[in-house]
Amino acid sequence: MATILVSKRPVTDSAPPQSVVSSRRTRLLDLFDRHFRLITIAPAALLILSLTVAPVIELVRMAGARISFTNDGVQRTAALAENISRLANDWIYWRALLNTLAFVVTSTFAELVLGLMLALAAQRMTRGKGVVRTLMLMPILIPPVAIGNMWRLMYNPEFGIIAYVVDQIAGVRLDMLGSTSTALLAVIIVDVWHWTPFMFLILLAGLEGLPEEVIQASHVDGASSLQRLRFVVLPMLWPAIAIAFVFRSIGAFKVFDQIYLLTSGGPGVSTEVLSLYVFKVFFQSNELGYGALLSLVTIAIVCGYLAVFRIAQRRKGTL
Amino acid sequence: MTSPHWKSWLALAVVALSLLSILAPFVWIVGVSLKYQIDILTGTFPFKPVAVNFDRVLFGKSSDFIAYAGNSLIVGLSSTALVLLIGAPAAYSLAWRRWSKLFSALFLGWTLIFHMIPPITLVGPWYLLFREVGLYNTLTGLILTHVVINLPLTIWLMMSAFESIPRELEEAAVVDGCRRSTVFFVILLPLAVPGLIAAGLLSFLFSWSEFSIALNLTTKETYTIPVAIASYAGENEILHGQMAAASVLSTVPALILMFFGQRFILGGLTAGAVK
Repeated sequence: MATILVSKRPVTDSAPPQSVVSSRRTRLLDLFDRHFRLITIAPAALLILSLTVAPVIELVRMAGARISFTNDGVQRTAALAENISRLANDWIYWRALLNTLAFVVTSTFAELVLGLMLALAAQRMTRGKGVVRTLMLMPILIPPVAIGNMWRLMYNPEFGIIAYVVDQIAGVRLDMLGSTSTALLAVIIVDVWHWTPFMFLILLAGLEGLPEEVIQASHVDGASSLQRLRFVVLPMLWPAIAIAFVFRSIGAFKVFDQIYLLTSGGPGVSTEVLSLYVFKVFFQSNELGYGALLSLVTIAIVCGYLAVFRIAQRRKGTL
Repeated sequence: MTSPHWKSWLALAVVALSLLSILAPFVWIVGVSLKYQIDILTGTFPFKPVAVNFDRVLFGKSSDFIAYAGNSLIVGLSSTALVLLIGAPAAYSLAWRRWSKLFSALFLGWTLIFHMIPPITLVGPWYLLFREVGLYNTLTGLILTHVVINLPLTIWLMMSAFESIPRELEEAAVVDGCRRSTVFFVILLPLAVPGLIAAGLLSFLFSWSEFSIALNLTTKETYTIPVAIASYAGENEILHGQMAAASVLSTVPALILMFFGQRFILGGLTAGAVK
């Protein structure tokens, strides 16, 4: 319609070329406008297809092969059965899975409990909440590599502050990262330090979004503060808790940077986690085929977890 | 007031103690970065602060820290610009133009799954692909991966930014003869600027911090700061002061952006959870 309007505009003899140009431009703009829905989504769709969908398909192809680098390029030989039987007997992978699960469960629960306590406490503050929030952002935003480095120095048995404090209290020089019995606990502590603030921020935002009247009403009804927490606040806060839990547990499942810096999976395999092991198979032993199979299993585990959570969420919704 | 005093004091104590335990490690590491090696090892306190570690890391003969910071800046800024350029229109398309339910569900579902799987699982195929097309060990390749890593969050944040704009604005403009594309560029995007800032800040910080991809797709000339710190930690087990200094330096962009944009960052981080 716009084209017609423009072309019917009275054209003076003095400037015919301009109107030709402008009508062509209009037609182009119309075309652009008609397909605007597609044009706006196309770049993102292309990027996602080429850099995430295609690589996952490529993973499936790679998982059935042994891949080696020769002078004339990449050589692939079929080795699906070999890769699968290797996975079945690969105790390090299963140990890494176990470590990862222990890491995820322990750190996520600790962060949830501490974050909730802290959020409930901070909510009572009448002043200074902004400052608390700002300072709590710090661990979340600085590079995890720097955090790994920082804690590695703090755990250092010679001069680290943690070893020093333990020495003052218990009289032993503790090398938490260097001992198989404490290394996993040590990396969990780092994660709890790193991510409790995240839980805190989400739960505080959730708490502040709760309707004031309901809580006031429970005051009037004479509920004790524990009752109020148990029967009023927590049920209403549930959605925020659930989301925070999923986000954090998935984040913990992805853990790589800090453990790479702190222990590289050691001593032995005591802090070996999935991401780290996949990395080692891929890029240290250069076994791209087997690494692809491990990647696929890892992706399947994440999808399974998400599916279970979705189903649980639906159940809860229907009840 | 109704609540007894001691509870308020307890709450205050809990908050203060938590803040202390969050901040203490930072204070300690800054302290280490300002000490001579001998003072670190003997635990001298109080000590006379020296800048020697920062000097070595930044200007030492064998140190490329500034070059790596340059790489990190290039990757962070370009990937942020690109992710906004690609993500904001896509979010608009999904939020405002009608797509079939199946398409939106597939698109958003896939970005969610992709956001949740460990990035390292995709680095293997990326490595093969990039070697083939000549993007391995280039900043361009790394930029592309960071764009795709940050795309899900950008799309979600921008979708909720667009959804909060009343539809009547567009209707009115269209009735007045305005094109839909013009409405997007002239009316909707300016209204979504807070969302753009939040998504941009978070994307830049994630890119600046990103380690597991950069570790495997770069070599010495294309290292970013996190990779440089990790390799430094591997090579110089003994130079504690310089490692501390490098870590402290790597946090500078985060601290600056946190200072200026904390409102947006906070909103972006908690947006998904409180809706």
